[in-house]
Amino acid sequence: MEFFITFIQVLDSTIRLATPLLLACLAGLYSERAGIFDIGLEGKMLMAAFFSAAVAAVTGSVWLGLLAGIASSLVLSGLHGLASITFRGNQLISGVAINFLAAGMTVLVAQSWFEQGGRTPSLFGGGRFTPINFPFAESLSVVPIIGPIYSELLSGHSILVYVAFLMVPATWWILYRTRFGLRLRAVGENPAAVDTAGVSVVGLRYAAVAICGVLCGIAGAYLATALQAGFVKDMTAGRGFIALAALIFAKWRPWHAMGACLLFGLLQAIALRFQNIDLGGVVIPVQAMDALPYVLTVVILAGFVGKAVPPRAGGEPYVKER
Amino acid sequence: MEKMPKWADVVLIPLISLILAAILSALVILAIGENPIEAVKLMVTGALGSTYGWGYTLYYATNFMFTGLAVAVAFHARLFNIGGEGQAMLGGLGVAMVCLYIPWPHWSIALLAACAGSMLFGAAWAAIPAYLQAKRGSHIVITTIMFNFIAAAFLNYVLVNLMRPPGAQDPSSARFPEAVHLPTFQSMFSTAENVVFKGTPVNITFFIAVLACFVVWALIWRTRLGYEIRSYGKTETGAVYAGISPVRITIIAMLISGALAGLMAINNVMGEAERLVLNATEGAGFIGIAVALMGRSHPFGVFLAAILFGFLYQGGAELAFWTSIPRELIVVIQALVILFTGALDNMVRMPLEKLFLSLRKGAQ
Repeated sequence: MEFFITFIQVLDSTIRLATPLLLACLAGLYSERAGIFDIGLEGKMLMAAFFSAAVAAVTGSVWLGLLAGIASSLVLSGLHGLASITFRGNQLISGVAINFLAAGMTVLVAQSWFEQGGRTPSLFGGGRFTPINFPFAESLSVVPIIGPIYSELLSGHSILVYVAFLMVPATWWILYRTRFGLRLRAVGENPAAVDTAGVSVVGLRYAAVAICGVLCGIAGAYLATALQAGFVKDMTAGRGFIALAALIFAKWRPWHAMGACLLFGLLQAIALRFQNIDLGGVVIPVQAMDALPYVLTVVILAGFVGKAVPPRAGGEPYVKER
Repeated sequence: MEKMPKWADVVLIPLISLILAAILSALVILAIGENPIEAVKLMVTGALGSTYGWGYTLYYATNFMFTGLAVAVAFHARLFNIGGEGQAMLGGLGVAMVCLYIPWPHWSIALLAACAGSMLFGAAWAAIPAYLQAKRGSHIVITTIMFNFIAAAFLNYVLVNLMRPPGAQDPSSARFPEAVHLPTFQSMFSTAENVVFKGTPVNITFFIAVLACFVVWALIWRTRLGYEIRSYGKTETGAVYAGISPVRITIIAMLISGALAGLMAINNVMGEAERLVLNATEGAGFIGIAVALMGRSHPFGVFLAAILFGFLYQGGAELAFWTSIPRELIVVIQALVILFTGALDNMVRMPLEKLFLSLRKGAQ
């Protein structure tokens, strides 16, 4: 029974840790499916984490914080769009610049506004997203097996967790069942064909980059106002890159993205709880768990276990023929 | 027909980009309630006003020359090596193993061996992404990013579990023996009555970095291999038609790039820390990207850009010391430089090209 409780607790923490990965991963999915590579997910999340925490700390309203986070992430998205769509620059270099911009600006502004060494004041009360308890969660928790699953695992997360997981079917539906989704995928594979059909390549790509910004904004706000209570320097800690890894692992598909993010979330949860794992003589060091998402991604990229083929027009600026 | 004269491409565009980055940085400083002119004065006196300042400026510049050259060589083959950070970390491991486990009679022999060790380890860390790009088509940017994280985890494991001396608390290797300590500028240029570069980490490695700039220049512009790398970078199909193997060039260019990034370790690990610590690279691998972009992938440009970034780093540290502006200002400036010289290049280039075209029409 004790094992079962531990098991449920690890899964519960998996869901919490997978949420920012999933939001960022879906963000990247929209952008890359439209042909805009985005290695600036990390930076956008970080920027949103700071501005959501800062506004939530000042106003006391987490919802205003969320809006500010999304807005700040959208600004960076706009910059990425400007560089990679309008001025047809190198999308990867633009992403690198955005990551540094966020890493520097967040600490600079945090120091200037709050003077607490690059962090925001701790959030409390209305400044944080509180857990949502499902009906009867309390009374059902005593029921064996189902009780803990219902009240511990499924109930008691903040609203953003449910939003993130609902975004998976929503993204699937948008991409594969709507006209916008068809065009978005087409613009990532063959923009010239979309152009010939009289649909704006630039417009579609900006739309995709904007959706990416909104989702990264939610991811950052979740980190600073739900998972933790406030912003600290570099708090994304490589999550944007793990999300990127998950995206490749999932081969740019929404349901698989959820699977990959849950897997990587599970690895983080295990590393957080157990440190070094002793498997009857063979000790798996905690660093191996840290490195595993990246190793798995390289293996997938290498094509030894299935091949990850990115959208065909990804990374290429579209030049309209004259 | 060239749209612009060559000097405009080489000098004018980077200069305008730099000015744009500087103006935005000044606005950022204004926005956080400080005086940008005062800040620049502080940075100049702090980084260039004394041999102490120069000592740090040149120390940082040495790091950035290596990583800048690493990125530049890969750029010539149109490969974006974002993994300089991980390669430099592994280079540090190579240096530490050479210095710790072999008794050296003199620092000069140890330095040669450390150069070889760091280049070997750096190149080895670049070899797997290079092979995967060349043979399996895995995108080099993604694999090198992943390898940065794998390197960090690997080094963490090695330092905590293997290299940490018994009883030590912090995850770092033992101190290197006295015999492998490199001569610093202080010991080389000071006289009895006039001590210069006092207490600064700049050391003989600076000259190796300058030498590396020359070697890379000769390699890229004066050898057959360099020609093959450049032609592969310009047009892949043309290079294949000329009998240049893409697999070979990709792997060789990345090995050279990784070796150069790894070579940085003789400066920060052997020259400065004199032991291997966690996060010894301090982001220098990423600054190499800004340095290579700013220097237009030319070794002389890289040299100048590395000095500029060395100045920014030392100046930024001084700013953080004397004012309430945190060191992260440098990260912002670095981001703006990458943005303007790299991603928004066309924003500067397109109006200039138009200007030069209309000037030429007017002259005819």
